[in-house]
Amino acid sequence: MKFAVVVFPGSNCDADAFYAIRDNANQQVQYLWHKDTKIPTNIDCIILPGGFSYGDYLRSGAIARFSPIMQEVISFANKGGYVIGICNGFQVLTEAHLLPGTLMRNNTLNFVCKDVYLKTLNFNTAFTNQIPKEKILRIPIAHGEGNYYADNDTLKALWDNNQVVFQYCDQNGTVNNESNPNGSLMNIAGIINKTGNVLGMMPHPERASDNLLGNTDGLLIFKSLINKLS
Amino acid sequence: MINYSAKIKIMLKKGILDVQGKTVENALNSMEFTNIHNVRIGKYVELTVEAQNQDEAKKIVDQACSKLIANPIIEDYEISLNDNKGE
Repeated sequence: MKFAVVVFPGSNCDADAFYAIRDNANQQVQYLWHKDTKIPTNIDCIILPGGFSYGDYLRSGAIARFSPIMQEVISFANKGGYVIGICNGFQVLTEAHLLPGTLMRNNTLNFVCKDVYLKTLNFNTAFTNQIPKEKILRIPIAHGEGNYYADNDTLKALWDNNQVVFQYCDQNGTVNNESNPNGSLMNIAGIINKTGNVLGMMPHPERASDNLLGNTDGLLIFKSLINKLS
Repeated sequence: MINYSAKIKIMLKKGILDVQGKTVENALNSMEFTNIHNVRIGKYVELTVEAQNQDEAKKIVDQACSKLIANPIIEDYEISLNDNKGE
């Protein structure tokens, strides 16, 4: 299958995502520039990478959401194309209304950069089907604004539709306040849209995909999608 | 067309924890300002908009706020408009 990684001015995890797809997941991948107005027809999945698109000015993701390529990404997603937003990419997806809710400043005000543990709540998605049922993922986060917020009705709908895919938890899979790095409601670390083709997550799977780094838990997410499409 | 200047105040909605405000409040309280409470921090935007009249100007700025300048999920905004005649 073929991936594309979007590069906004200020993206800084684009090369990591590109590397993880090409060298770790062994798939085809190309970059798309923020000014591009076309997505090649052979692209199966678009990755919106981490970073600080447009300097995070105004709000994280707010300006990127109106860049030329995002208009194409929105129509690609609405036609059922797969989209993964990682960290800043998740923020862009919420600003673009491809995912509900928003990401506010961490409740600690700290920029948090560390490995976290993730509990998978829904194994029947295009992004999680290769994760073993009992597995607690260990994946790094690096963000200052990852505090997931949505109003009660939205939260309830997310929960009822099994759209909450990942929750921050401890090493044993217990979801509690201590394992919540940023104040996210319900410890939410990653969600999918209603139709299941758009994933947003604050943790960085591309940074946990290479054996050399001692952790390949993140690769399971890319492998799930490859499995789904093969 | 008339140039209107708009001043936009953006605040987090009531009930949403403003961690930045809270941290500044804690800092103030640890100084000599123990009588300061309820610190909330927002954003302030100024801009000029060309429009036929005040109503149209207000409508344009309101759309700009709801589409980009503010995030209606967590933020409220107030717009005040002036034509620039007095300046």
